Amino acid sequence: MAIATEQLQGTYVLDPIHSSASFAVKHMVVSTFRGRFEKFDATLTDGKLVGTVDVGSIVVKDENLAAHLQSPEFFDAERHPELRFESTDIRRTGEGDEVVVDGELTIKGITKAVEARGTLEGPAVTFGDVNKIGLTLEAIIDRTEFGLNWNAPLPKGGFALANDVKLIVELELAEQA
Amino acid sequence: MRILGISGSLRRDSYNSKLLREAGRLLPPGAELVEFDGLKAVAPFDADDEAAPIPPRGVFELRAAIADADAILIATPEYNHSIPGVLKNAIDWASRPKAEAALKNKPVAVIGTSTGMFGAVWAQAETRKVLAGAGARVIDRELPVGSADEQFHPLDGRLVEKDLETELGGILAELIAEVEPALARAS
Repeated sequence: MAIATEQLQGTYVLDPIHSSASFAVKHMVVSTFRGRFEKFDATLTDGKLVGTVDVGSIVVKDENLAAHLQSPEFFDAERHPELRFESTDIRRTGEGDEVVVDGELTIKGITKAVEARGTLEGPAVTFGDVNKIGLTLEAIIDRTEFGLNWNAPLPKGGFALANDVKLIVELELAEQA
Repeated sequence: MRILGISGSLRRDSYNSKLLREAGRLLPPGAELVEFDGLKAVAPFDADDEAAPIPPRGVFELRAAIADADAILIATPEYNHSIPGVLKNAIDWASRPKAEAALKNKPVAVIGTSTGMFGAVWAQAETRKVLAGAGARVIDRELPVGSADEQFHPLDGRLVEKDLETELGGILAELIAEVEPALARAS
């Protein structure tokens, strides 16, 4: 198993135009709800990934829901305006570009170990002689472990919102000269 | 058969009013939906006004419209996970005095839509609860229509999803089935 971090010396910074941070969660038992964050940052320094997300930049279809998600019942953006991820290990599985990233995720002031899986492409020399990395990661977390406990029983059975939430980041990172 | 449609939203272009109109279109021959447009004119419930010899005009019209109908179809939005105040207020008026309430034994079904992802599901449940308390004959089905802004065709206002149309038709059939025994008794 090759250790990807050996190839990742140097500092890579986010190209926000070609990157995204989003989430997906089941609601009303069978439907999937998706949202994203507009403001986030990520830096890969000597193989360590640090990412932050501005909770206030959440984008969902319903603006009332966006406000509810920032309330104390969910993220409590007033007191915890930022989500944070710091990797402790990035390793290739040996299957193509597949990687496993271990790290610590902080939401609402609560830090938990998470494992994310995805692909790491590059480093590759791109337009303008810039080294770039493409990193796509997904992790499933239990939102209630981070204090995002809101739920409500549905009148005909089941609960409004699933506890498992899929987090998805697609990052394009450019090496700093 | 006359079904009174009440939209819990006062907004001119209300999605719940659109949902009611779709229900009207899906009714079988012999049944018609009449929309009640006087919800805003129903005064806030006040037991002193109730005790007066003549009820406030808006209340009189609400009670008369309910009394003239064989059944009621309510389409409600959801405010803060619950029933809109104007709708609750109207049901309160129509539930009193209990022994001769306009809603007593009246077949009622509740549907609803919201722009959020839960389709006013809790407002519908609470409206059913309140109606049952008012003595109505409540159909125990729900039609939560989420993403209201995407559900109606921009040109003809028809429901985009056929499944919703089928589900709404099923609720209307149950509502009509509740009315038929009463009509048979009357004839």
